[in-house]
Amino acid sequence: MGLAPTPAVPQERPIRASTKAARRARGPEKPNYGSAILFLLPAGVLLIVFLLYPTLYTILLSFNRGRNGVFGTWVGLDNYTRLFSDPDFLNLGTFPPSGALWNNVLWIIFYTSTVIALGLVISVIAARVRYEALIKAVVFVPMAIAATALAVIWKFVYAPDVNIGLLNALLSVFAISPISWLGDQAVVNAALIAVGVWGSVGFATVILSAAVKSIPNEIIESARVEGASERAVFFRIIIPMVSLPISVLAVTLIVNVIKLFDLIYVMTAGGPGTASRVIAFTMYQQAFQAGQYGYGSAVAVVMLIVLIPIIVFNVRRFRTQAVT
Amino acid sequence: MSALAETMAGSRPRTPAARAVAALNHSVVHVFLALVAVIWLVPTLGLLVTSYRPRSDIQATGWWDIVDLRLTLENYRLVLDSQGMLHAFMNTVFIAVPSTLLPLAICSLAAYAFSWVRFPFRDTLFLIVVTFLLVPVQVAFIPLLTLFRDVLPDLDLTGGFVAIWLAHTAFALPFGIFLLRNIFITLPPDMIEAARLDGASDWRVFRQIVIPVSVPAIAAYGIFQFLWVWNDLLMALVFVQDNKNFPMTRAIQNLLSQYGTEWHLLAAGAFLLMVVPLIVFFSLQRYFVQGLLAGSIK
Repeated sequence: MGLAPTPAVPQERPIRASTKAARRARGPEKPNYGSAILFLLPAGVLLIVFLLYPTLYTILLSFNRGRNGVFGTWVGLDNYTRLFSDPDFLNLGTFPPSGALWNNVLWIIFYTSTVIALGLVISVIAARVRYEALIKAVVFVPMAIAATALAVIWKFVYAPDVNIGLLNALLSVFAISPISWLGDQAVVNAALIAVGVWGSVGFATVILSAAVKSIPNEIIESARVEGASERAVFFRIIIPMVSLPISVLAVTLIVNVIKLFDLIYVMTAGGPGTASRVIAFTMYQQAFQAGQYGYGSAVAVVMLIVLIPIIVFNVRRFRTQAVT
Repeated sequence: MSALAETMAGSRPRTPAARAVAALNHSVVHVFLALVAVIWLVPTLGLLVTSYRPRSDIQATGWWDIVDLRLTLENYRLVLDSQGMLHAFMNTVFIAVPSTLLPLAICSLAAYAFSWVRFPFRDTLFLIVVTFLLVPVQVAFIPLLTLFRDVLPDLDLTGGFVAIWLAHTAFALPFGIFLLRNIFITLPPDMIEAARLDGASDWRVFRQIVIPVSVPAIAAYGIFQFLWVWNDLLMALVFVQDNKNFPMTRAIQNLLSQYGTEWHLLAAGAFLLMVVPLIVFFSLQRYFVQGLLAGSIK
């Protein structure tokens, strides 16, 4: 769905295999300051001005009223207490809970699991037919196109008019009256998650298909010879053997959910009311539509905090590889 | 033929009953995959057909009603011309090309330093770059806009394209550097050593050895970055503030909020947005998938 495949997990093999060899003969023994500075200067300047400095600024601004985006009155944790008492952000008082952060939880649970399940089933089943590559390409196409285009495609499918919206036209065949998929608080999140799933299954299929194919043939064959059913092969052999790629994929999809913005903004603008907001949408809305910069910064910091465990995990994992 | 399919063929059942069961299973497989293909093709196909139907027909009957299908290019003419989509298309090109070439150049340079130049704290610095891989762009929006507005008001960066070029470039760096460094570091050390013994400077090693042998990987990353920028809406919302510079994603968003049910315009507009990524996808599929998957699988 035009999502960036977030580089959640560093590539393993090339680094590990190469580091030792590279260390042995990595340039002259003496540090070469001149080259280092010249080659790193453009990246360094941009990283400092566009990432490092803004991140620190935003963290500080989240403790400030931040009128107009500049430092004014310091308010301590006020932005955060207001944020977490805002029912549009998180409302645990009702059942089911609601709010933008809760919607992210719904996305994480239903989007991630459905994408992985469908990706796995499609990759295993497509491997049995000759037109496997075609199926994978068809499912993968939505990854190439913009979330904005995806949103238009599905707004059209969901249109309430039975002469326009395919889904309601199908329902009318069974004499079911049209459903306002994007206008009903009770169904809007499910409808959006379905679009997200449609957009991402191709990604999962391609990754898991490669993983399934790397399972040694003999293992599956010997299980079949011993009389294992296809179901047993799937659940007892294939799934356990691709559990690492599945967890990598899950992390990537969760990161995508936390950054999810374009699709929601174009399809529903967080509506009806505030029913389909997600955290990245709230950040944009508070900062740039409501002009609440301190408050918007607090939302951005919450996004960062949610991602920190994954960042730490990545850096740790990467460091253990780099220093072997 | 896939490994799994060969396995299947190798253990073909022998009794007639088992063969019947296998045939049934196989038709279940075909039906399932046909269903998958339908679900993944029909929504896009519907919009494609709609983009060629006259407005009055769209309002009257569904696109699946192919009995009296009439086609026209009028919608594309309208959206390109009076809705300014041609202009927006050019803006998208004008945003995407520098926002692809700049990161390619800057990431290659930095990745070379991180893999083949010796200097203190190299690994620490690289880990800091890796740390920024997942930092959400949202944490940078407010300070950058404030910076452009208060410190550099005369440059009017958000009024032109400079702000979005720089923003796309900067936010691409952690991933680009990470990816290219992992590729450069796999080059054989002997090759680089030999060049250095011959007296080649780092610049020459970079230009004449590292870059030429890494072209496929750099191309895969370039395609990924190009499509990422082409498809972006969020950064354009924040960093492009003059509406004559709006890219297609913003133009379509505007169409949608102005004429939410004018499907003849929306369908044609959406396809104009999709056409370049689709061409890239179908012509460079291998590179494309590689680039897209580069960071996430082993």
